[in-house]
Amino acid sequence: MDKEEGMAVKDSAESYVTDDGRTIGGVLMDIRSITLRFGGVTAINDISFDIREGEIRAIIGPNGAGKSSMLNVISGFYVPQEGEVWFRGALRPPMKPYQVARQGIARTFQNIALFEGMSVLDNVMTGRLNHMNSSMWSQALWLGRAEAEEHENRERVERVIDFLEIQHIRKTPVGRLPYGLKKRVELARALSAEPELLLLDEPMAGMNVEEKEDMSRFILEVNDEFGTTIALIEHDMGVVMDLSDRVVVMDYGRKIGDGTPHDVRNNQEVIDAYLGVSHD
Amino acid sequence: MFYREAGDFSTSYKEDSQTFPIRFDRYRYYVVLVVAFLVVPFVITDYWANAVFVPFLIYAIAAIGLNILTGYCGQVSLGTGGFMAVGAYAVYKLMTGFPDVSIVIHIIGAGFITAGVCILFGLPSLRIKGFYLAVATLAAQFFLVWLFNRVAWFYNYSASGQINAPEREVLGIVVTGPNTEAWAQYMISLVFVTACALLARNLTRGKLGRQWMSIRDMDIAAEIIGVNPLSAKLSAFAISGFFIGISGALFFAVYLGAVEVGEAFGINKSFLVLFMIIIGGLGSIFGSFAGAAFLVLMPVLLKNILVGQFGWATDLAVHIEFIIVGALIVIFLIIEPHGLAQLWRLAKEKLRLWPFPH
Repeated sequence: MDKEEGMAVKDSAESYVTDDGRTIGGVLMDIRSITLRFGGVTAINDISFDIREGEIRAIIGPNGAGKSSMLNVISGFYVPQEGEVWFRGALRPPMKPYQVARQGIARTFQNIALFEGMSVLDNVMTGRLNHMNSSMWSQALWLGRAEAEEHENRERVERVIDFLEIQHIRKTPVGRLPYGLKKRVELARALSAEPELLLLDEPMAGMNVEEKEDMSRFILEVNDEFGTTIALIEHDMGVVMDLSDRVVVMDYGRKIGDGTPHDVRNNQEVIDAYLGVSHD
Repeated sequence: MFYREAGDFSTSYKEDSQTFPIRFDRYRYYVVLVVAFLVVPFVITDYWANAVFVPFLIYAIAAIGLNILTGYCGQVSLGTGGFMAVGAYAVYKLMTGFPDVSIVIHIIGAGFITAGVCILFGLPSLRIKGFYLAVATLAAQFFLVWLFNRVAWFYNYSASGQINAPEREVLGIVVTGPNTEAWAQYMISLVFVTACALLARNLTRGKLGRQWMSIRDMDIAAEIIGVNPLSAKLSAFAISGFFIGISGALFFAVYLGAVEVGEAFGINKSFLVLFMIIIGGLGSIFGSFAGAAFLVLMPVLLKNILVGQFGWATDLAVHIEFIIVGALIVIFLIIEPHGLAQLWRLAKEKLRLWPFPH
């Protein structure tokens, strides 16, 4: 997929239309010179990039480059020593992860983080917690607000379940599911929160070709149908090049490339990072 | 044969998410309720009430309370005995302080007071987990028992240091004090247990229950989807405390009548209730009942068999009883670590398919 046409307006704040007809809006999240240190180790070194509304933004890099740390900064797990995160045009104060979630940012994890003791339906319903606000008392009596709210949200959740084609395992405890389906359930849980920004940490790790194709299809459809902005980390280059609008490349905590997949592929520094350079 | 989903179609999410989605199940529970409310009170004797039914019902409430905290929210607590003592002393102070108010309100009030105390001792859970939290709640157990022993205000400066339940009536029927009839004891416990089980079921099926379970299963993921760990854990402590307080209040006022805190609400009680939910099944309301039934009935049953059938000496039988109950618990946990509730679930799955293997 060639995306050079989009290039021309990439750096302006105006929106543009991609080759496949999706509209990419202004900047949704702006990461400004983030530095994150763990003791003496600098995991992220002065990295800046932005995520635009409606786009699929990939973060790639060799192992240990600091990609997951970057996602953890965005989702509020790590507080960076330096730098700012701007979301929807406002500087984000230091926040706990659950407050970040309430801002409309959802994520999945590299190694699945589902609630093993609960059914698929309950897992996905958990994603809607931020949309439910009945009081403890009405829940205890299961009257009025609590019940109505439960069923409203159930309807939304069923739509996500339909969308990701996991109807048949609705009532199965998550612990019994195979790996590929668990990944899908985790995506469903994140989606059911109706996030503005969806962070996917290696959504295709450990999957076979068929499952990867399914997952790619779901990611594209989520982006297309719900207009959700997606930032993803992925190792499969083929997938990254096909899916993403723009790519950030990290190595040893530094940013070594940023641009369309086409740009990045031809960037000498990126090639060096991935293939290695001879030290002579 | 009768236990079938076939022909039972849910046409709304409401029907699909009800407590007993299978029709046969639903009717079975109605039958149990009808028998419990309309048959048992008329045939119950003093022995059955005191040895079996009343302790079973009261422990079931405590087990529900602990199950919410440990089974649903994953916060281990060894302070159950202490929290039951809070319920008992709260209801005692309320009964003697406001003699004109209904005992039912006193018991509910005792629940709320215990909830407050429980929140206080739940605060460390925000920083520590697992065994370390268990040790912190153990401190609550010993501190509370010490407090009720030492501060004379709690037992109204009585010379013996005991508290005695004064006589109180509900709708003209004596429910506390030495003149209580067996069926009245049973009825008030039954009403409270039914209400508590319903409340617990409602709280665990919706938003709050999912918050608790998400904290239990993976607290990091829970936080990332928007669960505030502070409010989730403290609400579990509060609601758990509410139920345990009610059970402590009933245990003192309705069942024992007179209480010496170290004896009635010692560390043994904490372990007993913990064993009930482990054997019954963590994270299951039914499991709370099953566990309470197992640990209340098993000793009674063994005693009847050993003393009644074999004619052994009572003291010997008591010791053999300990050995057998202990061995049963161990065997049981090896066979089914998820408790009676899981066994029941498996049995139901098998029944649904019977007589066909798949």
